[in-house]
Amino acid sequence: MMIEERPDPDALLSVVGEDPHRPRRGLLKIFFGACAGVGKTYAMLKAAHQQHAAGVSVAIGIVETHGRPDTLALTHGLPALERRESCQSGIVTTEFDLDGALRAGYQLLVVDELAHSNAFGSRHAKRWQDVEELLDAGIDVYTALNVQHLDSLNDVVGGIVGVRVRETVPDRLFDQAADVILVDLPPDDLLERLESGKVYLAPSVAQARQHFFRRGNLIALRELALRRMADRVNADVRGYRISHAIRTVWPTRELLMVCVSAHDSQEVLIREGARLAQQWQTAWIVLHVGQPQESEQPQAQEALARLAVSAQHAGAEFAHISGQDRAQAILAYARQRNASKLILGNARRPVAWSFRPGLAERIARTGPEMGLMLLRTDSAHPRRHFWTLNWPKRQGGALVVASAICILTTLVAAQLLSVFDLSNVIMLFLITVVFIALRLGRLAGVWASVLSVAFFDFFFVEPRLSFSVTDTQYVFTFGVMLVVALIIGQLAARLQAEVRIAREGERRASALAQVTRELAGSLTLEQVVAVCKNALEPLFETSMVLLVPDGQQRLVATRPAGYVQLSVAQWVFDHGEQAGHGTQTLNGAAALYLPLKGPMAPRGVLVIQPTQNRSLDAPDQRRLLDACCFTIAQALERIHYVEIAQDTVLRMEGEKMRNTLLSAVSHDLRTPLTAIRGLAETLEHPQGLSEIERCDLARSIRIESDELRRLVANLLDLARMQSEGVQLNKEWHALGDIVGIALARCAAGLQPRTIVTDFPADLPLVEVDAVLLERVVANLLDNAAKYTPADATVTIRGLRSGEAMYLLIADDGPGLPGDDLERLFDVFTRGRKESSVTGVGLGLGLCRTIVAAHGGAISAKPRTPHGVIFEIRLPWRAAPELEQEGKPS
Amino acid sequence: MNKMRILLVEDEPNIRRFVRIALEQDGMQVWEAPSLTQARVDTATRQPDLIVVDLGLPDGDGKDLIRDLRGWMPAPILVLSAREQEDEKVAALNAGADDYLVKPFGVPELLARIRALLRRAQRMSGGQTASSQVCFGNVRVDLSTHEVLRSGQAVHLTPIEFRLLSALIRGQGKVLTHRYLLQETWGAAYSDRPHYLRIYMMQLRQKLEDDASQPQHLLTELQVGYRLSGVSVVQDDTREA
Repeated sequence: MMIEERPDPDALLSVVGEDPHRPRRGLLKIFFGACAGVGKTYAMLKAAHQQHAAGVSVAIGIVETHGRPDTLALTHGLPALERRESCQSGIVTTEFDLDGALRAGYQLLVVDELAHSNAFGSRHAKRWQDVEELLDAGIDVYTALNVQHLDSLNDVVGGIVGVRVRETVPDRLFDQAADVILVDLPPDDLLERLESGKVYLAPSVAQARQHFFRRGNLIALRELALRRMADRVNADVRGYRISHAIRTVWPTRELLMVCVSAHDSQEVLIREGARLAQQWQTAWIVLHVGQPQESEQPQAQEALARLAVSAQHAGAEFAHISGQDRAQAILAYARQRNASKLILGNARRPVAWSFRPGLAERIARTGPEMGLMLLRTDSAHPRRHFWTLNWPKRQGGALVVASAICILTTLVAAQLLSVFDLSNVIMLFLITVVFIALRLGRLAGVWASVLSVAFFDFFFVEPRLSFSVTDTQYVFTFGVMLVVALIIGQLAARLQAEVRIAREGERRASALAQVTRELAGSLTLEQVVAVCKNALEPLFETSMVLLVPDGQQRLVATRPAGYVQLSVAQWVFDHGEQAGHGTQTLNGAAALYLPLKGPMAPRGVLVIQPTQNRSLDAPDQRRLLDACCFTIAQALERIHYVEIAQDTVLRMEGEKMRNTLLSAVSHDLRTPLTAIRGLAETLEHPQGLSEIERCDLARSIRIESDELRRLVANLLDLARMQSEGVQLNKEWHALGDIVGIALARCAAGLQPRTIVTDFPADLPLVEVDAVLLERVVANLLDNAAKYTPADATVTIRGLRSGEAMYLLIADDGPGLPGDDLERLFDVFTRGRKESSVTGVGLGLGLCRTIVAAHGGAISAKPRTPHGVIFEIRLPWRAAPELEQEGKPS
Repeated sequence: MNKMRILLVEDEPNIRRFVRIALEQDGMQVWEAPSLTQARVDTATRQPDLIVVDLGLPDGDGKDLIRDLRGWMPAPILVLSAREQEDEKVAALNAGADDYLVKPFGVPELLARIRALLRRAQRMSGGQTASSQVCFGNVRVDLSTHEVLRSGQAVHLTPIEFRLLSALIRGQGKVLTHRYLLQETWGAAYSDRPHYLRIYMMQLRQKLEDDASQPQHLLTELQVGYRLSGVSVVQDDTREA
């Protein structure tokens, strides 16, 4: 019986969304294959059987066996749901019974052929819709799907095989399925299966072979299926790793990792790694795990540098990490980088070490997911005998100190023995061993352990002052004491070493962070140079110079340094490759030259003077250096673009100003010139002119040329100030003096206006550039002469108020038009547009420039009832004291 | 009366022309020299009473000519220059020039300066400096008794003020540089303290000028120095009394 009414899916969804205890959605598992016959149904039923065996309630929803006996055999043993019969145009077909399945209450249903189209009259047109409903009901589903049925691949497959299938499944289902299992069969095997009648019933084989099951088709379909699967899996892995912070490598895309130690023999590994990486078409890393004692051996450092170079030449990424336990460090790094194949050198190990598992064995044990490849490298691997070990020289000193401490402990113990028991003396020795191991390292720890036991035996165990022991149980004590001391000592030394490694890493990280932070804040080249000097030089403990290109791409040193060869630097800059000391190029040079490659272009060269004590070739130093170089290059690039942007703005401003200036100046220059020329021409033919008229014409010429002179003077001043900046020649002056000069200069223009000056007799001196300030006053007076009527009064006052000296120039003329008094001082603004009075407004612009250069301000205010006040405020400080006048002459 | 003989050293013909016209109209005799070489020749042959020199000449700097002439010739020198920089003016004055005018200049001012210089030269050559009394405006100064009268009223000057005033009077209308005035008044150690000068000039003006903010006699040459204008020697004490 069919259920006529279904719940509204939206309503259902909202309920589901709200209910925190909503039922789990069913999980979909797709058995995915390239084409029919690869064994999807078989695999699916196998899996279902496994689930059944595991106690899950499994039932077969619908399975088409196509008469394949193997498959049919697998359907036994699992309950099968009743099929629903439907009748379509007289043909009776059986379909999957969705309602029956929902009712049956199985946990897992096997529903074959996800792409199947349901017979007419079913609830859904497609079987995948049935499956979705099952999933929504919380029922898990196993289903099978061929690649050609995927919506997105339908066209592609149609184009390849020439048969377009109509049954398609949205990719969403494939991508969102809880699990997709690829059922793969090589084409030849498939064809063989087809031939042997395992795929279709015998009569249709020949036809199928000619059409669909051509070998080429099968290969193409297989490739499609594999690729689609790979995409899905990669996406899965990414997502999963992100959300679960997975530590274990899931072998997806191959990444090969060659683990080397710091010996030349290891180049074999790198060559082999290069060969394999090429063969597998995969990226690869050469990893070196450093150990603390190695960083102190110069040979090891050199070998390591050579390895790094050859790895980079072979196309590998070179990585250097530090860790006490090499196996753990390698595994951690491999997991972090998702490397799944490791190549290790299989060196011969001393027999004495055979009790301890080898590196490969340890890796294999703790990281079983890793593919390991052991390569023979032993030929050149030096046999490491304890006594020939290249212990750093200062170990000798450490041993002496350790011995001394042990002796001291013995003395203290001898004193304490009167108070304490003998067993407590052992404790004292143990703590001594821990202390020595922590402070002086591993070897000193071992030495202290042995020495402690010996001293204990010799001085404290009866008979004293002899190594012989009467009580045999002390032999056991010695054994335990030695073992405990050794273990504790080793642990302590190891802890110390790890702390040192961690500190070193921390130091580098914080140094880089600091450099980056400082560079990020740098806005000028000087700041970058300062960062190089103040942050990088201490970090690398050497001297370095930054070279930056000039306009012609020629390098210039930011500070002089004897070891810089510009030709080498230029080569490095032009080719973008490092050169100089310790490199393959121009290695005769005294310093190391590193190009600073910005994201867009080379930005300069960093020249580093090599030092004796710290090798810049060490991989971790070089990595740090490279990181710093890149940050510097980025900073330089940013500065470069900031400069370009500023230049552009300046050019635009300049252009705008030039245009305004040209138009304004050409008007104001032409006006008096036209007048002068006309007046002069009139005078050239004086016939018919009276004497008075001729004088009048001549005077007009003079007045016009005065106007012209003023204009030119202002223009020249402004041009000079804008090209050279305002050069102040400050001296102590009396304000009244300066005003007096300006008044004398403007006297002719100001007549017949009344001039009132008010400078108190005790007005102090002010430190100004008198010539420039006189220009300011003269300009303001010129303005007063131009814009006020002949009966106006011009008042000039000077006064001091606190730290400021004020100069006020007021008139009672008509005042200023408009209210935008600030704009008045913008160069080329003129109070009245197109008036017959010339002057551009250059004058006020000049005034503001000059006053601003003095650190003062100029402003204009309307005066009541009419007129205008210009106020010049100058900073004031007391003039140096005068010596009191001496004796009368 | 003999015509005053003026040598005009200037390479620009139009300027030479109007200056010559102006001077000739004022009753002077003018020779023109367009170059340094010509100027040297003319100075030696024409024996001018005054030389007007343009600083920018085609064959050299006018300052060189001034230094040259100062060695053997007492005639006053007036400099014309388009160079407005103050240090140029000071350099010309230090080279031995007596006064300077910045181009563009007005004819009346040029004539006034030339006349003043000629008067001073006449006095010096005429030995009339024997008189200890000078006057400018309504101020009369007795250099021997240190007595200063303004409109007949005695004015008290401090010793330094008087020394400064005397230095200006000795300049006889010539522009005196800050350095010179400081050395004359305070001594060489004070030559870098121009603010002393400013203060005392202010005090002098307040005591001697009608309007201290618009002085008529104690004139400032910005950034260069000071000048006392309108000084004349009182010929005869008895006549004045």
